[in-house]
Amino acid sequence: MGGTGGTGGTGGTSGAATGAGAGRDPGLQPERTRLAWRRTTLSGTAAAVLAVRTALHGGALPGGVVACAGCCAAWLGLLLVAERRMRALARTPRPRAMAPRLAAAAALCAVALALGAAALVV
Amino acid sequence: MGGEDRLTAASAPLDRVLCVSGFVRNVRLWFAPEEVRGEGSTPDYRFSLANERTFLAWLRTALALIGGGFAVDQFLPDLGRGWRVGLALALLAAGVLCALRAVNHWVRCERAMRRGEDLPVSRFPAVLSLVVAVVAVAMVAVVLLGWEG
Repeated sequence: MGGTGGTGGTGGTSGAATGAGAGRDPGLQPERTRLAWRRTTLSGTAAAVLAVRTALHGGALPGGVVACAGCCAAWLGLLLVAERRMRALARTPRPRAMAPRLAAAAALCAVALALGAAALVV
Repeated sequence: MGGEDRLTAASAPLDRVLCVSGFVRNVRLWFAPEEVRGEGSTPDYRFSLANERTFLAWLRTALALIGGGFAVDQFLPDLGRGWRVGLALALLAAGVLCALRAVNHWVRCERAMRRGEDLPVSRFPAVLSLVVAVVAVAMVAVVLLGWEG
């Protein structure tokens, strides 16, 4: 907890805040961040479902199947990254900032999805 | 103030080159957490989490653009192939740019917060909205006129 302030936690009616929920962030920031990750995986799932639909619609050509497999791998990668981060967020009431490598991995999964999409569409 | 404005206007191309090289320098930071954490002081965890949620919102935007690319390909079957593929690729490219820029902006914000600097400003949201508007207008025109490519 250190000297980072924590102004939101102890302000206002301090009597009630010092009870059982003293360690809890009243703004529920970790929970909100976890839900944001969940929404992101849902967006990724929608894109992956569209990828599978496109591949099947094209008559399941070998090239299309490979591109579709790439899209699915990217989707799984995104799920994995999100799962790791969500677990880290749930572990402690004051989680650390996300590692840049994690952010890069999530973005690269999206890029891989787009590349697979380009291969499917063309 | 006026002289400064003229100076920034004259150095616009140089500015762009610096912007690109800054992006390349930041790419190194993506994979070097110790370099980001080594600077300045750790900000309040709530600020970092807010920055993370902003990053995720941009990533969702990127994923939505990619989904839009699929949708153009799948749900406009009467369109000529050239138009369909062109619009889909434009949306997919916008999605890729958006995802890469999301990480870059997140790293820059995180570093600015650690150093206690102002958060970086960006032209990207305006550029992205213009691109999306152009693609939307093109789509409406193409659907209304029923171009067979």
